[in-house]
Amino acid sequence: MTPSDVVMRIQSALGERLSDLHQPSEKRVYFEVDPNCIPDTARLLHDTLQARLQTAAGVDGPHQMEILYHWALDRLGLVVTVRTRVDRDQPQIASIAAICPAAEWIEREMWELLGISFEGHPDLRHLLLQDDWPHGKYPLRRDFRKD
Amino acid sequence: MAKKTTIIPVGPYHPLQEEPEFFKLYVEGEKVVGLDIELGYNHRGVEKLSEGKDYEETIFLVERVCGICSTSHPIACVQAIEEAGDLEVPQRALYIRSLIGELERIHSHLLWLGLAGHFLGFNTVWMWAWRYREEVLNICEQVTGNRNHYGMLKPGGVRRDVPATEISAIRKMLDTLSSPLDLFRDTVAEDPLIQARTRGIGTLTPQQIRKFAAVGPTARASGVDIDVRRDHPHAAYGMVEWDVVLESRGDIFDKIMVRIGEMFQSVRIIRQCLSRLETEPGPIDSHPKEVKPGEGIGHYEAPRGEVFHYIRSDGSNRPVRHKIRAPSYMNVPTNREAVIGETIADATIILAAVDPCYCCTERMAAVLDPETDRVLISGKELLQRSRRKTAWLRSQLGHEGPDLKWDC
Repeated sequence: MTPSDVVMRIQSALGERLSDLHQPSEKRVYFEVDPNCIPDTARLLHDTLQARLQTAAGVDGPHQMEILYHWALDRLGLVVTVRTRVDRDQPQIASIAAICPAAEWIEREMWELLGISFEGHPDLRHLLLQDDWPHGKYPLRRDFRKD
Repeated sequence: MAKKTTIIPVGPYHPLQEEPEFFKLYVEGEKVVGLDIELGYNHRGVEKLSEGKDYEETIFLVERVCGICSTSHPIACVQAIEEAGDLEVPQRALYIRSLIGELERIHSHLLWLGLAGHFLGFNTVWMWAWRYREEVLNICEQVTGNRNHYGMLKPGGVRRDVPATEISAIRKMLDTLSSPLDLFRDTVAEDPLIQARTRGIGTLTPQQIRKFAAVGPTARASGVDIDVRRDHPHAAYGMVEWDVVLESRGDIFDKIMVRIGEMFQSVRIIRQCLSRLETEPGPIDSHPKEVKPGEGIGHYEAPRGEVFHYIRSDGSNRPVRHKIRAPSYMNVPTNREAVIGETIADATIILAAVDPCYCCTERMAAVLDPETDRVLISGKELLQRSRRKTAWLRSQLGHEGPDLKWDC
């Protein structure tokens, strides 16, 4: 399998649900999907393409919050980044921890630092912040101010 | 009558870990039946801090994410910046990056090997490993100015060249390191006592590695053939010859053998980098003036596994978003399965086997009664249990050994 085969597999599996696919270099693939498509994308990458979840990152924006899932296909030297956008006022998305248990910690981290709620997460409690951290204060958001 | 479950808190400050982490061991008698891991005792908000620093300052910041692999984060970070901003890097700088990275790998693996020996009650290994680690640190100081936190990296190159006098000094150090490395390999591979303490203990299957997306020596000891240096070539790793060290059983013994094997490969890589530095002069920095808008990923195979950095640039002099993921973040959760069903005496070395980035802080571990919180066994006693097992095995094998009266 080559990187272009991977791109074709992704395109054929996700069809019209996929947008903004671009390859800045032969080692990188970026594309965007709707939030409700994230579990299917995770299944495709983790189960079918045997990719390794490197990590995920939430990026705060003025109206929306981006979530980037970085998947490595080590045999091809390829990193596939899946981008999705959730509403900033009520950021909510399905957890992929059941598909890929390695996502469990990073989802907990995005939940507490950015306030993104991961539905179906088996153990959504504080990972890095203290247990009595005030509810509704998310330190990685741009409008966070220290009291 | 139902079996009574006892909780053994290991941490948050414990000699097994440099970073404060809290392992809650649930035990029934001597057998570990559950493990809970709590992080965050040392959360510094580096990602947030990075958004307020310019790209040059960011490198100094990420260098301080970890005290042992202090050049791994900068290498991953500069690569992410270079990819985001489309920056050039001179070839000589790539060799210097790999050279420093591999020196760091040797001293990090020697540190782990020494501590593993210490926890097993094999203090000769500890003393010898740290004796030779010191010589590697001395060379790091000579070449970079510091034993750690080298300050060598910058976007677009490196800060400091490696002149001919230092090349010969590094070569001399590698020559003196060769026979101790042989000694370590042979001592561990052939010593029946180390085999008895580590073979079949804390085993992780390739399926478990995949489940937790574990990386580095932890994955390679279980036969999972991944190494960022080969799979995603960066720095000089695609320009020199070396092999990925792989074992198959996934127990502590194999984790030791992977790390020892990697030190030999590091020596190989360093020697080739030194030859190229001698024959290929050139600039060490492309002096970039700006980082264009864009996003980039940088990853590097740190001694403990893949370090991952993601940088987003809006064309200003500082990152809009900087995501950092250290290898222990993926490796530490494997303990949840590796330690189940093992004994308390073995738990110490199993928790340490993923090399969760430790450098001996304080000691605080105790066995508590969950109802009264009364201390039943102290941290000292916990460590001594591990050593008593070694002493018992030693006597079973008919070997001479140190008197157990020594202190921990």
